[in-house]
Amino acid sequence: MLRFLRAFLIAGLIASPSMAGKFNLGRAALPTEVAAWNIDVRPDGQGLPAGSGSVIQGEALFAEQCADCHGDFGEAVGRWPALAGGNDTLADERPVKTIGSYWPYLSTAWDYINRAMPYGDAQSLSADEVYQLVAYILYLNDEVDEDFVLSQENFADFTMPNAGSFRLDDRDQAEYPAFGLVACMTDCKASVQVIKRAIKDSSTTAASQ
Amino acid sequence: MSNKTSRRNFLKAGVAAGAGLVATRAGAEGDPKITSVQKWAQELGDGVDHLPYGAPSRFEADTVRRNVPWLTADPISAINFTPIHQLDGIITPNGVCFERHHGGVARYDPADHRLMINGLVDQELIFTMADLMRFPRENHVYFLECSANTGMEWRGPQMDGVQYTHGMIHNVMYTGIPLRLLLKEAGVKTSGKWLLAEGADSSGLTRSIPMEKALDDCLVAFKMNGEALRPENGYPLRLVVPGWEGVSWIKWLRRLEVGDKPWHQREETSKYTDLMADGTSRRFTWEMDAKSVITSPSPQMPITHGPGQTVITGLAWSGHGTIPQVDITLDGGINWHKARMDGPSLDKSLHRFYYDFVWDGKPLLLQSRAHDSTGYIQPTKDALRDLRGASSTYHNNGIQTWAVNAEGITDNVEIS
Repeated sequence: MLRFLRAFLIAGLIASPSMAGKFNLGRAALPTEVAAWNIDVRPDGQGLPAGSGSVIQGEALFAEQCADCHGDFGEAVGRWPALAGGNDTLADERPVKTIGSYWPYLSTAWDYINRAMPYGDAQSLSADEVYQLVAYILYLNDEVDEDFVLSQENFADFTMPNAGSFRLDDRDQAEYPAFGLVACMTDCKASVQVIKRAIKDSSTTAASQ
Repeated sequence: MSNKTSRRNFLKAGVAAGAGLVATRAGAEGDPKITSVQKWAQELGDGVDHLPYGAPSRFEADTVRRNVPWLTADPISAINFTPIHQLDGIITPNGVCFERHHGGVARYDPADHRLMINGLVDQELIFTMADLMRFPRENHVYFLECSANTGMEWRGPQMDGVQYTHGMIHNVMYTGIPLRLLLKEAGVKTSGKWLLAEGADSSGLTRSIPMEKALDDCLVAFKMNGEALRPENGYPLRLVVPGWEGVSWIKWLRRLEVGDKPWHQREETSKYTDLMADGTSRRFTWEMDAKSVITSPSPQMPITHGPGQTVITGLAWSGHGTIPQVDITLDGGINWHKARMDGPSLDKSLHRFYYDFVWDGKPLLLQSRAHDSTGYIQPTKDALRDLRGASSTYHNNGIQTWAVNAEGITDNVEIS
């Protein structure tokens, strides 16, 4: 038994250095390759390319590339996302979450439009075109005037209206202590009644959403 | 099929199947399925290569993913649901693992796939799939749950089946490379505190992951249940982030960037954040808390056999560990009974439970309640709503209630 253990330990010692070290696999990434894929933009503006775009330019481009799904004024068509409106609704019974009312950072809009829009033709817009669209969306949300021009230089000046409303996950303090109590097993309540019932065929019919 | 699935059809199918199963009471002449020679007992069957890959019996054609057309703008950026009401054990078959795509399924030759590691590393690297196959591998079973699972039920009972209320989940064995080995290969700088994972699909889906989690138990996986990932699950490469909400498990994984701060991308700010009653929002709500649900009986799986010996079964899971105990109530929470846990109890994996009992034919109000290995006990929906308000929707792990009537028909309800 001891001998087995010793053999096992020695095997482990022999095997572990290779697990801990480098494997010399893959190859160095070329700067041009990193530049092609490294398109993410952070709230502090890191990753934003040079460029600019005006609200006026954005209005024309939006009508051509975006309005079919998002509506001429960002109000949304059908169940596609609304991009504007909803200010001061977040504590309401039916909150309206848009870029203007909900998104904490403008960089998220720039990054997402640049990487994933237009839907079905991703990464087809130039940097200037993305600036134009973001400028127009700010205008739709009454954040800028119609003569506004957004650029790499003034981008970081923007604070979105809802930026201060996000906080870190606090479930470990706000919830877990309350949900870790002893579970009742018998006579836990005096009576019970059904108070709500799902509608039939809800999988194919829009219910009270 | 998926668009035509009405509750009535389910019930009809269920009753018919039930009738088939119980029609063994023989007349005086005996059961003809026994007394006469059946075709399949006389004629030769298919040869070995009839189906080189294989497929379920045609009598199981009903066990499929289904979507809810009204839920999203179109079926390309959408979600469908695992038929958990028809499955047993803990492993989800690859063909019915639910799908969630933000820009459709990317389909391409794995020879064209590249994984880049860039940012705050000593050496920015590129790997081909062939390179990745040379790293040491591990195998782990993990559940993947979308944080929107059960979200439609937040304001009240809505969906007419456990497939729709709880089916944004699957549980498979992944084969993959510990993420820390890949990061070590590039050499993370001491300033590297965060990781951005990015997909190669047309949504270019991105999520920020803290380095502590990346170095802990994340995998870069290429196989599920022993075979290559399915295209809809990220073929040829996906990230596995055990216990965390499914949106972090980037599919078609093409890039890992090391940075000093989170990126606040679309799917971690505008979506997958938890709006509270006061209008503030929780962000970075990564872990999936303990949850359970009875999968049968349920609205799609009514009791068709009448009173007598009956099986209640369901699933339980926790992003914080294992599930040592599940309680069952038949009377809407007045009295609870410990369910029988069965099958392997693995960290951050689905667990299977059963409760075998003799049904007296009276109406039932069924619930299950999970306890996880941290001592956390699954809360009621009311307890969650009291803390979070009416608009939270994500991370609904509240207790589910099914009302079974005297005929065995089962409805989705909430109780006092």
